[in-house]
Amino acid sequence: MTARETEGVLVTIDGKEVRAPEGELLIKTAEDNGTYIPRFCWHPRLKEVGMCRMCLVDIETPGGSMMVTACTNPISDGMVVDTKNDRVKKAQEAILEYLLINHPLDCPVCDRGGECPLQDQTMSYGPGETRFVEEKRHFEKPIPISDLVLLDRERCILCARCTRFADEVPGDPLIEFKERGYGTQISIFPNQPFSSYFSGNTVQICPVGALTATPYRFRARPWDLKAVESTCPHCTAGDRISIEASQNQVLRFLGVDVDATNRGWLSDKCRFGFEYLNSEDRLTNPLARQEGGTYEEVSWGEATSIIAQRFGAIREAHGGDALAVLGGAHGTNEDAYALSVFARDVLGTKNIDCRMDDALGTRLLTGIDRRARISDVDTAGTIIVWGPDLKEEHPTLYLRVRHAVQELGANLIVIHPRATGLDDRADLKITYRPGSGSDLLTQLRGGDRDDVNALLEASPVVAFVGRTGYTEGPTMAEAVASWILELEDSRVLPLARRANVFGALDMGVAPDLEPGRIAATETGRDTRQILGGLASGDIRGLLLVGADPVRDVPDGSLATSGLSGAEFVVAIDMFHNDSTAHADVILPALGFSEKEGTVTNIEGRVQKVNRIAPGSGQSRSDWSIIADIATALGSDLGWTSEQEINDAMMARVPAYAEASWDALDWEERDGVVVPAPGADVPVYRPEMTTQPTVGAELVLHSARKLYDDGVMMRKGPSLHRLAPGGFAHLHPDDARRLGARTGSAVRLVTKRGEAELPVQVDPSLHRGVVYVPFNQPGVGPLGDDPVVRVTAVGEPD
Amino acid sequence: MSRPLVVTRRMVDHPTDSHTLDRYQETGGYEMARRSLDMTRDEIVETVKSANLLGRGGAAFSAGLKWSFLAPDRPAYVVVNADESEPGTFKDRQLLERDPHQLIEGLIITSWANEANHAFIYIRGEYPKPARRVQQAVDEAYAAGYLGEGIFGTDFDLEVTVHLGGGAYICGEETAMINSLEGLRGEPRLKPPYFPAAKGLYMKPTIVNNVETICNVPHVLAMGAEDFKGIAHPEDTGTFLLSLSGHVNEPGNYELPHGLTWREIIYDVAGGIRDGNELKTWIPGGASAPWFVPSLHLDMPLTKQATADAGSMIGSGAVVVMDETTCVVRAALRLVRFFAHESCGECTPCREGAPWLEMMLTRIENGQGRPVDFDVILDVSDGISIGLEWPPKMTTICALGPSAVSPIISLRDHFGDEVVAHIEGGGCPFGRVEEEEVVA
Ligand SMILES: Cc1cc2nc3c(=O)[nH]c(=O)nc-3n(C[C@H](O)[C@H](O)[C@H](O)COP(=O)(O)O)c2cc1C
Ligand code: SF4
Ligand code: SF4
Ligand code: SF4
Repeated sequence: MTARETEGVLVTIDGKEVRAPEGELLIKTAEDNGTYIPRFCWHPRLKEVGMCRMCLVDIETPGGSMMVTACTNPISDGMVVDTKNDRVKKAQEAILEYLLINHPLDCPVCDRGGECPLQDQTMSYGPGETRFVEEKRHFEKPIPISDLVLLDRERCILCARCTRFADEVPGDPLIEFKERGYGTQISIFPNQPFSSYFSGNTVQICPVGALTATPYRFRARPWDLKAVESTCPHCTAGDRISIEASQNQVLRFLGVDVDATNRGWLSDKCRFGFEYLNSEDRLTNPLARQEGGTYEEVSWGEATSIIAQRFGAIREAHGGDALAVLGGAHGTNEDAYALSVFARDVLGTKNIDCRMDDALGTRLLTGIDRRARISDVDTAGTIIVWGPDLKEEHPTLYLRVRHAVQELGANLIVIHPRATGLDDRADLKITYRPGSGSDLLTQLRGGDRDDVNALLEASPVVAFVGRTGYTEGPTMAEAVASWILELEDSRVLPLARRANVFGALDMGVAPDLEPGRIAATETGRDTRQILGGLASGDIRGLLLVGADPVRDVPDGSLATSGLSGAEFVVAIDMFHNDSTAHADVILPALGFSEKEGTVTNIEGRVQKVNRIAPGSGQSRSDWSIIADIATALGSDLGWTSEQEINDAMMARVPAYAEASWDALDWEERDGVVVPAPGADVPVYRPEMTTQPTVGAELVLHSARKLYDDGVMMRKGPSLHRLAPGGFAHLHPDDARRLGARTGSAVRLVTKRGEAELPVQVDPSLHRGVVYVPFNQPGVGPLGDDPVVRVTAVGEPD
Repeated sequence: MSRPLVVTRRMVDHPTDSHTLDRYQETGGYEMARRSLDMTRDEIVETVKSANLLGRGGAAFSAGLKWSFLAPDRPAYVVVNADESEPGTFKDRQLLERDPHQLIEGLIITSWANEANHAFIYIRGEYPKPARRVQQAVDEAYAAGYLGEGIFGTDFDLEVTVHLGGGAYICGEETAMINSLEGLRGEPRLKPPYFPAAKGLYMKPTIVNNVETICNVPHVLAMGAEDFKGIAHPEDTGTFLLSLSGHVNEPGNYELPHGLTWREIIYDVAGGIRDGNELKTWIPGGASAPWFVPSLHLDMPLTKQATADAGSMIGSGAVVVMDETTCVVRAALRLVRFFAHESCGECTPCREGAPWLEMMLTRIENGQGRPVDFDVILDVSDGISIGLEWPPKMTTICALGPSAVSPIISLRDHFGDEVVAHIEGGGCPFGRVEEEEVVA
């Protein structure tokens, strides 16, 4: 950097001298120094277009003063700017008048009314009255441009924020201007809706009420909303959001622009994934199963005493290890800490796991010294994604990687069994057959691939590592991480599902970790072993905490047989689900936005979540339910608030010492990244054999889509209908061989399940692979064994 | 009167076959291109610069100076602006149709001088015949080895692509043209930072010149800078193609030396006003230029400086002459309507303001004007082109918006009474049919 970039140049704005880095946009320099220049089209996260002309200012030039748009003009040394003289005022008034002459002024019924930049800037800079006596421009209003977004072209001020966002940020250029001049309008392409996973961001950044979202439309007036900042509950990125509620109902999530994480963006799943909170189906009272399988409402006292009595009896007769705990990755760190202490100290069991057998080993998830930060991708020379399709499972990380590659010039290598969202930006895409990943890794480690070697020259290397799908075991990812860490100047972000899985592991909700990432002296059973133990009768009692193993565990039939085999099951949850159907007692839990606490993201960043709504009926926090059960079991844990648990937790987990509530609430608004442990994952050499593909020519690839049939989706009407449904994707060669084609049906039989599915021919697959999206409506589990037999059903029509 | 002819010499001497390769070569064609490949880039740029060849697309900017701004990044491109869509302008059409090889020769030299191996000729879509002629000439040049790989036996490669526009005047603006060539919407880019010579086509250095400008290039080199300057006026060098139209007896394209007075142009060159009528006003340099009137401008010479001093411009060389039977409100309305219709819609003042002006002028012309209307018109215009001057202090991205204001400047400066007569008299004193709003 030059001195002018670091120390800055001198600019005079309305007579005030300020310093800022050379080349910074004038609109930003002015704003940072207390002078707000009005604008509509400029957005700090999008490329500038200078279209609305609202930010015109006067600058002095050798040839006299000149009007320029502050949003497109970089500052230079000695620049003299006037943002308030008569000419500037005249221009501002004129622009606002032009924008208003055709504007419908629907303010009383417009979602934006009250938080509308057009209203606000008209107040501050506009002409007092209208002189327009002609007929206004009319468009049909509003028209749907996707399942979630409506467009009112009369309100649109043609600022191109939405089109730029769609094109530049997620790479979904599905909305564009059409016509020209006076007839210019935003449009989608024929028969191609704006079905971007990120469409809701356009609603947030539209400076008027032209774009509205179906889940929020007409639900509230902005002045009736109260808001609280929190952390998004949908994936491990820990995106910053503002939760907004009215009359105790959460009505929307907005992205908050924080550089550390999401920069203001959210996926539609995150943005609109709040509807379940207000669902009529929320559990409201403790329920106990009666003879005959029906549930009766019981009091909290009755419920806890039944639980204490049954768990106590099992513990008495068979020891604590006959009990097990599953779940805890959806709650707060405080909940997780309470759960971990409860399991170990009260139930006396080591059988506890927050992962649903779909994750990675705890060594990889918590033990990497060189764990990357999300922002490391901005300075990466090369980014490697060998894991789930980030667009489907970690949408804001997808945006961050896309930005780093597209705008900051990082190399990108994507390794996956089929097409992923990042492929169009990848310098190198390697497609492989699940089961042969070790062969590929051996090549890469051996330096046998010149294309990879060449890209890796650019360091630092930042790698996203995880399971590409459920038929690929977790050791594969661990081997990949080891290889990455063998490279010089490299960092890894291990990928796992469920928002607070990293926090829960740090709190010891794992069979091999105690609170504070301390290796357990004796290892308990993990989820798979717990379910197996329940099925075989080794384990008799189970506590489910916000967990639905029947849906979430890749081998769903194992979960079903485990839960059916259990003697006594307690579920703490917000809804009835396929797993609570096996519970003897169901306890209603508070959800996200109904409790306060901390959560930990993929980087180890601890952030606050905050309460804005009271929750349904008699729902309570996980920790307080657990504390009551403990008391009934004769162990008073002595907690009376989240804050107290947090204090206890900090005492026991020194890594979290800097992340007190006070610090997070007042000083560290972007959270605190807790220190990494002291040891790297030791270089781990998996057996270099391919997984068997016995008898069959085809292996199964099973991975998540953004929208699926999980309970939070099912209870949110706007999103659930977006789940694509079940499909069997086949490579064209395999489809031909099987006599199948897009639209025809095939039957899949695995060791653990079977399904009949419509075919989608998918040339992005490696030959010999059949891809089935995981947990789609109407599709039963196929398990995590890669061997699959596929046969055509009927005649292709 | 014998006038020096440069770019129209061949078509005047050989009216039937000036467009053919045979005739072109027989009259010395492609000699200069061949010779230029032995010259250095700097030599050519220097010659064109010191000859002060002015761009003929509207801004009258020195071509050599523009070339000297070419950024070092490569590849570089050359684009010939043959979009000619401004009302009243039809000079490029004649050059394209009647002497396409002259353009290609100029293009070869321009590309060589600007280190471009690929050039584009962007022709307005409504020019099918010129486009056919140019394409045919390009094909012939390829066949003769004057285009393509290793032209004229040197190791210089030059591809030329002929591209037809889709019917938008704005694509004549050089950065909109570049967008259009890239397959994007025809909308101007921001200047700065997207000056074509720095970041043009595909974000690479690009020289955009008008057809007539490029056609002059071989002659500048052949004559040398000094002789070229000697043709006519010492500052406005060379000749100038004027498209004379409107109420004159002999409309048409005329190649003229700079510096003639308007009286000479209108009464001698164009044969005077039809039916012996009085001259009322004329547009001196294309629809974007503020108008002149006989009482002030008839004896003024046609030079860049004199025209600018009088608050207008020589622009694209389109002169539209209006006689005493013309309703200037209607004339202004038609021009404003053209610009409103052609607005690309990218920026607010032009997209919203120009149609608003059209609506108000339509009402006035139709007898529904209100006393406040002209003040509102002036103030709305002021928001597009602050101070209502020429060259404009514009609030817009490109000059199209302020161009819509030029007719209004002209009404204000010269015909305020006629506007008032429309408003007070409840209609057009010339008693014409209703005007319909087209844009709104
Ligand atoms: C709205 C608008 C339309 C224009 N149309 C044309 C045109 O049709 N032909 C042209 O040569 N230049 C046109 N120009 C000027 C070009 O932008 C550019 O200045 C010119 O092509 C440069 O060539 P020159 O330097 O040889 O004049 C137009 C400019 C504007 C602002
Ligand atoms: S966008 Fe909505 S609130 Fe804003 S001015 Fe228009 S109608 Fe009113
Ligand atoms: S819809 Fe909104 S964001 Fe998109 S161009 Fe119109 S005003 Fe701008
Ligand atoms: S002034 Fe008119 S034509 Fe030029 S960019 Fe703006 S809207 Fe488009």
